[in-house]
Amino acid sequence: MVRNVLALAAASLVFFACESNSKKLPIIGDRDTVEKVVDGKTVIDTIYPTIPSFEFLNQDSVLISDKNFDNKIYVANFFFTHCPSICPTMQRNLLKAYTKYKGNEGVSFLSHSIDFKHDHPHVLKSYATKLGVDNDQWQFVNGSKADIYGISDKYLVFTKEDENVAGGYDHSGYLVLIDHNKHIRGVYDGTSEEETEKLLKDMDILLAEYK
Amino acid sequence: MKIIYTLLIFGLMIIGFSQLSSCHNNNLNIQTAQYAVNGQKLYRAHCQNCHGGKGEGLGKLYPPLTDQKYLSENRNKLSSIIKYGLSGEIVVNGEKYNQAMPANPTLTDLDIAYILTYVTTHFGDSDSTFTQEEVALGLKDYK
Repeated sequence: MVRNVLALAAASLVFFACESNSKKLPIIGDRDTVEKVVDGKTVIDTIYPTIPSFEFLNQDSVLISDKNFDNKIYVANFFFTHCPSICPTMQRNLLKAYTKYKGNEGVSFLSHSIDFKHDHPHVLKSYATKLGVDNDQWQFVNGSKADIYGISDKYLVFTKEDENVAGGYDHSGYLVLIDHNKHIRGVYDGTSEEETEKLLKDMDILLAEYK
Repeated sequence: MKIIYTLLIFGLMIIGFSQLSSCHNNNLNIQTAQYAVNGQKLYRAHCQNCHGGKGEGLGKLYPPLTDQKYLSENRNKLSSIIKYGLSGEIVVNGEKYNQAMPANPTLTDLDIAYILTYVTTHFGDSDSTFTQEEVALGLKDYK
């Protein structure tokens, strides 16, 4: 009896160990191919969608860019401070990730405000402080409508100014996980607790790639 | 051996029942419980985003709804806060909050009675129904 239980325990241990070792996150988005000539031979190379370079003003009125996220994994999302619908839940969930990885220099967070009229740096600063963010690991940025809405497409997040929805802006509440090469490695519904748990697990898996 | 098992099961049953009755939500009368169930649905749709699934609030942005003192001292103002919104500084659980709460003009008196029954019995320590009459009176007094 005891031997059986031990054997079962050992087997399950092996099973779980395999599962966590072999898992690798996919690269998300439509990929493209290019033909290249290498050493006189034509080869086909895959081009993965990449977050382009950007510059935005953060909650401390400092211009930050994609360089601030070099050699880090980060989670990006789109919100606005007086959003009456999905944002509070999404930010509550992202706060769980911030709290978990606080102090880890390999992890950052980037919240883009889609309210380019109202969310000036001091508004974002007050919001961040009240949310409980007290270091520069979580950046809150705003920019021109064209820049912010343009980059949301690259993160595969829908954003739109729409006076018919509560708050005046329509958007989806995705949390988007980005790796060191600026590739999208995961997309999670920030309004769902289960998906947020998955994000936390996937962040560990992604971090393991850079150990 | 059999006697020990019987005693063990009996003991567990006693513990189980005492836990059931110690949970105040099970002491609610049927009307209050029905109001609270309906209130929970409306709470999820209208309040939970900001105030959280357990009424815990969010940081210093949105206050928790678990301050017994605030709930009982402001009981007659609660209906107006839901219907007409709130702005200016308030103190909840000893913390200052100053973020405008939007109005919910589409909620009926009965909707508000459902929500407040849920909030005051599940997050607060009330054990009675927040009646529709109480809502109407509150809305009249605090416009």
